[in-house]
Amino acid sequence: MKVLVPVKRVLDYNVKPRVKADGSGVDLSNVKMSMNPFDEIAVEEAIRLREGKNGGGVTEVIAVSVGEQKCTETLRTALAMGADRAILVQTDEKVEPLAVAKILKAIADEEGPSLVILGKQAIDDDNNQTGQMLAGLTGWGQGTFASKVELAPDSVTVTREVDGGLETEKLTLPAIVTTDLRLNEPRYASLPNIMKAKSKPLSTKTPADYGVDVTPRIKTLKVVEPGKRQAGVKVADVDELVNKLTVLGIRK
Amino acid sequence: MKTLVWVEHDGGSVKDATLSAVTAASKLGEVHLLVAGQDVDAVAQAAAQIAGVGKVHVADDAAFAHALAENVAPLVVELMGHHDAFVAPATTSGKNIAPRVAALLDVMQISDILSVEGEDTFTRPVYAGNAIATVQTSDAKKVITVRTTAFEKVASTGGSGTIEAVTASGADKGVSTYVGSEIAANARPELTSAKVIVSGGRALGSGEKFRELIEPLADKLGAGVGASRAAVDAGFVPNDYQVGQTGKIVAPEVYVAVGISGAIQHLAGMKDSKIIVAINKDEDAPIFQVADIGLVGDLFKIVPELTDKL
Repeated sequence: MKVLVPVKRVLDYNVKPRVKADGSGVDLSNVKMSMNPFDEIAVEEAIRLREGKNGGGVTEVIAVSVGEQKCTETLRTALAMGADRAILVQTDEKVEPLAVAKILKAIADEEGPSLVILGKQAIDDDNNQTGQMLAGLTGWGQGTFASKVELAPDSVTVTREVDGGLETEKLTLPAIVTTDLRLNEPRYASLPNIMKAKSKPLSTKTPADYGVDVTPRIKTLKVVEPGKRQAGVKVADVDELVNKLTVLGIRK
Repeated sequence: MKTLVWVEHDGGSVKDATLSAVTAASKLGEVHLLVAGQDVDAVAQAAAQIAGVGKVHVADDAAFAHALAENVAPLVVELMGHHDAFVAPATTSGKNIAPRVAALLDVMQISDILSVEGEDTFTRPVYAGNAIATVQTSDAKKVITVRTTAFEKVASTGGSGTIEAVTASGADKGVSTYVGSEIAANARPELTSAKVIVSGGRALGSGEKFRELIEPLADKLGAGVGASRAAVDAGFVPNDYQVGQTGKIVAPEVYVAVGISGAIQHLAGMKDSKIIVAINKDEDAPIFQVADIGLVGDLFKIVPELTDKL
């Protein structure tokens, strides 16, 4: 069976986002970009399944990215981690989750994967939508916020991180899984694998090839920095802290 | 505008997150509710008491017992035939269901809103709360999730909604089944609704020390217990303790951060707390830049003393 893994190129999670002075967005010029961390977890999970772990039965892992030419780097990272081939759906437009889900639906129709594993959200727009939307469009089951995935020949059992604990669901294949942080720890690509990734197949398409209109539905009017909190006072010792808490009525 | 609010419940009572979502929805127009589940009479009765609500649509079916998105989303879509906006709290169940609804309606969801600026304009956090975007949607129907800490809770009583049963035929889409859950049995207040939270960080050093120091202090304050991602990653406590961008977003009256340095990702989850108290041995720790009351020192001495003196 095939596994499809969509990956997004985002501002590296170690870089502090800077809001542009004109309020038009976050400055992405000359900053380090990387694969969205939740997507790295998705790639890792797909590769582990291909390696026969957590059920196995997977024969091919296909990485997909929607975006500008530079997303090729993100796809090469996925290939270096162990994906077998990649598809870049190239566009310079900013593509919203709904349009990404439509493109992925078209690719799923073409490729016939048993499983699509996505990051639960991208750390730039923090939308947390694409996986659920793809599940809606395909009519497949969705195991969101996964912390454990067990694959069987015709089903996948997903343990989900929910408010207050864990919940387990069993989904008929094909199905959608979105990853949470504890699912696994992604591997680093080794140098030989990075070299090998360069010769793995990567095909380039456009949204039009899949008949998807990527015109945005949402307009960003402005982006500002959040209001800053003022630092308060430092107290010298526990007694002073207890006094403060008492004055504020916090003592039970 | 007619809004349909997803009622989050535990089978017996309405969860507080719903009350914040109702506040957000009321800024858009009429508020109607959807209670989906199995044997949810009590929930429906409680929901009808929520201040200002109109109709309470009740879908009682085994297929809705565990709020599986595959079964619930088509139900919502059907009801959206005569509503203009679907509003859900940005809880794990709201975040699971709402985007599926949006896709079926062919609209872009507006996630995690912080405010309603107009009937099509909202603010929402991006980049882990490091930036706030004002966004305007052109979709006729709206699907919205609400950051519950950004909206006051509406009163849970005083309303007189009318209960209307929704007949759900073929509710089970047959692609997913609920297997089970491990919900931590916890006598403490739930993090997202606790008035006081005591959170511990990696500086505690171990799970034993975490329990030994944080829990008695939390007991004294009647507080919920949280943790930083570093403490979760180090295995001191389970992930559902995690406060931060990738964990729970909280805004209690008082947040006590013990041995937490204050990484961006943690601050994103708690900086809307009314009063922040920080205890840390590093006086330059970023947590002190947001703390109202800070105490620099050895937490292994300070916390027991504080617990004792409170």
